Amino acid sequence: MVESVIERITRGHFWDFHGGIHPPEQKMLTASKPIKQLALPKQLIIPLQQHIGREGDLLVKIGDKVLKGQALTLSTNPMVVPIHAPTSGTISAIKMSVIAHPSGLSQLCVFLDVDGEDTWRKKTVCADIEQLSNSEIIEKIADAGIAGMGGAGFPTHIKVNSKTDINFLIINGAECEPYITADDLLMMEQSNAIVDGIKILDKLLTPNFILIAIEDNKPKAIKALQQATAAIEKIKVCVVPTKYPAGGEKQLIQILTGQEVPSGRLPIHTGIVMQNIATCFAINDAVRHDIPLIRRVVTVTGQALNKPQNVWALLGTPINFLLKQCDVQAIENEQQPVIMGGPMMGFSVSSELVPIVKTSNCILVPSKTEMPSAFEKESKEVECIRCGQCSDVCPSQLLPQELQWSAKAKDYPQLEKLNLSDCIDCGACAYVCPSQIPLVHYYRIAKAEIRQQQQLDLKAEKAKTRFEARNLRLEKEKTARQEKHKKAAAARKAAMNIATPEATGAKSAVAAALARVKAKKAAQSQSQSQASTAEAQKNLAQSNELATEATNPVDEQKTEVAAAIARAKAKRILKQEAANKPISSNEGVKQTVTAQLEVSQPPSNDDKKAIIAAAIAKAKAKKLSKAADAVKSVNLAESTAAEKAVNLTDKKAKIAAAIAKAKSKALAKKANQETPITTAEDIHLEKIKAVRVESKDESDSKANAAADKKIRISAAIAKAKAKKKLKEARNLAGTVKNNDQDSG
Amino acid sequence: MNILLAILVLGSIAAIFGALLGYASVRFKVDADPIVEQLDDLLPQTQCGQCGYPGCKPYAQAVADGEAINKCAPGGEDTIKKIADLMGVEVQPLDESHVQGDTTASNRPKVAFIIEEDCIGCTKCIQACPVDAIIGAAKQMHTIIIDECTGCDLCVAPCPVDCIEMRELPDTIHNWQWDLTSIPVKQLD
Repeated sequence: MVESVIERITRGHFWDFHGGIHPPEQKMLTASKPIKQLALPKQLIIPLQQHIGREGDLLVKIGDKVLKGQALTLSTNPMVVPIHAPTSGTISAIKMSVIAHPSGLSQLCVFLDVDGEDTWRKKTVCADIEQLSNSEIIEKIADAGIAGMGGAGFPTHIKVNSKTDINFLIINGAECEPYITADDLLMMEQSNAIVDGIKILDKLLTPNFILIAIEDNKPKAIKALQQATAAIEKIKVCVVPTKYPAGGEKQLIQILTGQEVPSGRLPIHTGIVMQNIATCFAINDAVRHDIPLIRRVVTVTGQALNKPQNVWALLGTPINFLLKQCDVQAIENEQQPVIMGGPMMGFSVSSELVPIVKTSNCILVPSKTEMPSAFEKESKEVECIRCGQCSDVCPSQLLPQELQWSAKAKDYPQLEKLNLSDCIDCGACAYVCPSQIPLVHYYRIAKAEIRQQQQLDLKAEKAKTRFEARNLRLEKEKTARQEKHKKAAAARKAAMNIATPEATGAKSAVAAALARVKAKKAAQSQSQSQASTAEAQKNLAQSNELATEATNPVDEQKTEVAAAIARAKAKRILKQEAANKPISSNEGVKQTVTAQLEVSQPPSNDDKKAIIAAAIAKAKAKKLSKAADAVKSVNLAESTAAEKAVNLTDKKAKIAAAIAKAKSKALAKKANQETPITTAEDIHLEKIKAVRVESKDESDSKANAAADKKIRISAAIAKAKAKKKLKEARNLAGTVKNNDQDSG
Repeated sequence: MNILLAILVLGSIAAIFGALLGYASVRFKVDADPIVEQLDDLLPQTQCGQCGYPGCKPYAQAVADGEAINKCAPGGEDTIKKIADLMGVEVQPLDESHVQGDTTASNRPKVAFIIEEDCIGCTKCIQACPVDAIIGAAKQMHTIIIDECTGCDLCVAPCPVDCIEMRELPDTIHNWQWDLTSIPVKQLD
């Protein structure tokens, strides 16, 4: 099979690929003129990323002086290729600038002010490449920043670092796109250097055969390369018939070897590597002469130029500089389109400051008669007439009209079924379309959408796994926490059985409850009799005493509630007694008062209501202080300022309680015997109102205090805290109110 | 006699097939409801909880159990249509009550952004993030891992100092889309 392939090649018989077109070549505009060396431009704009992959890490900063060939970025990843200073000068800026991309979007670029001296960094010329190992050569290629110069810009060092057996190394000099003659001229002028580059590739890849494919419309280039390779048996110069897009990777492989690269596979899988002519030249420069990729041949052409020609352009040269060098006619015309790349696959650039990069091979400035469609704002697209010419010319044997309908309908699964991914964007279908449908544009949109969707799907998948991982972790943490709580509870239980201060506190609460029950029973059984009244009073006194004594133990709240209930009970009994026997009740009151003397020291003996009111007020104050304590514990982690403020509340609440107590006493003195309870209630309401107002004021003052401590706490925090405190203060006021209602 | 024979024969056949079916139902038992997985694949996996369920999978489960299909705000009409197709039910308009945030804004992808000067390091947003896309520790400044953020909005509300905002992802050449209908841009410089 291989033999027959070589036989056919030597006989000059090739295979053919499906479809293809023959657009007007227009290569004569530039093919006959030598490549011009240009003067140095004033400023170069060097994008950090000029290839497929990612940008490298910057090595220079603004103000640095750099020498020609000095690396500007560092490659930290195989898919990153470095960039180099194309000439000596000073870095004037590193900023976003418009790059050679159809979107007209900006990317990070290094601005180099050229000093005009063109001083090289130190070069180490390698006389004999045979002494270098393969890995050394590959390192040199990688350090020189070489990426495929045919169009896609795939990092070359990855492509030549192949472990598989290579049958064919194909050097692509087809240059099938109209207008472009950059490779043609390079082959004519630098055939020996190109062959030297091919020899390096031969050493790296050791292919069985090396085929140089050139279209038959470049007779001078064919002759030059045939002469340069005459002595080398392995290299065959293949003259292929001119047809667009014969220079496409898969198409050229099919022409030369008759093999089709399967969909979704790379040529390397079939033992074939393809390199561009300009890449071979750059490899030779890099390995032998230590010249990194800093310049390339660019075809500047089109009928809007007076002097269309090929030029050696430094990477980073702005397009307008090149156009000036080639004497552009219609620069005053605002609508003048400038196309980067060829007329079939290129794109309009949005700014004339767009720089030349490693993959730009052509700048096309057409005149209006030459390419009317480029000047039109509105598309002349009409309905598809289903003529089928597009599928006749499609080099990938796709169904362009089907694709077009699906692309317009955004039916992406259908597009994938129709193998949109095999479309090479050659534009042959759009070229032949009688309805002037810009088919490739629809495919490009659809391809971008599909790529986006794939990225989103990947992201969703990642989010899902992260979400699930998080849930798992939270679940684990929860079980761990429950385990801990269980242990702590067990420890608490164990501690209860041993005599500790806490346990005693709990016991005292139990004792208080028992006393309460006793008092209740006693009151029930003896409520009718006169003698019982005195005992009831005693019980009441006892429970009151208990309540006051219970201030110290831990279980304050329970005792308070118990005391309040006991008091209420006693009150009821007292009322009954008062209705029956007012004199004895007075005596009872006297007893109560004596019992309570040590607690509150009421001013008058006969005013029991006042005492109760005072007790309630005290309970209120306690509760208030407890609530304030709670606030304090919430704020414990916060600043000292906040703590102070809370202490302030505490104090103020106590003061308020004291004032209220005094007031209630005074009021009770004046109060009538007929309406004691309502008076007390009024007093309470008044007091609570006062407390509420005060607590609001306090929260404000707290906020102020916190704000004063601005040295360490930002204004934002203070605001947030103030918000929180206001809320808490409101809650506090609410609780107090509720308590009041309960006890009233 | 013939009748008895027929009953015997048919009865034994029925018993054999019954045993066969019973065995098959045990042997080839489907563990989970496959519809849940399919529904989960249709959902956008933002884990935002706007539907009222704590993530996409729980909502998928709920839809499989008969919950309304129109509660996924990030998925939008597209997702509703797909779920309707899968479940064989009518397409319903999006339930507006499950849309949080500003719906009038463009539907371009957004990610959360922490204004780092204002961050007090309270870790509330970290607890809210369903995909662990926020890094930081107590009293340390937090930040968002853009690549992991699903733009679910859940971290914005818990922030006590309002230092988190949702920002649109910038256009780069990696996520740029061809747009033939747009006005061509001419950069002046």
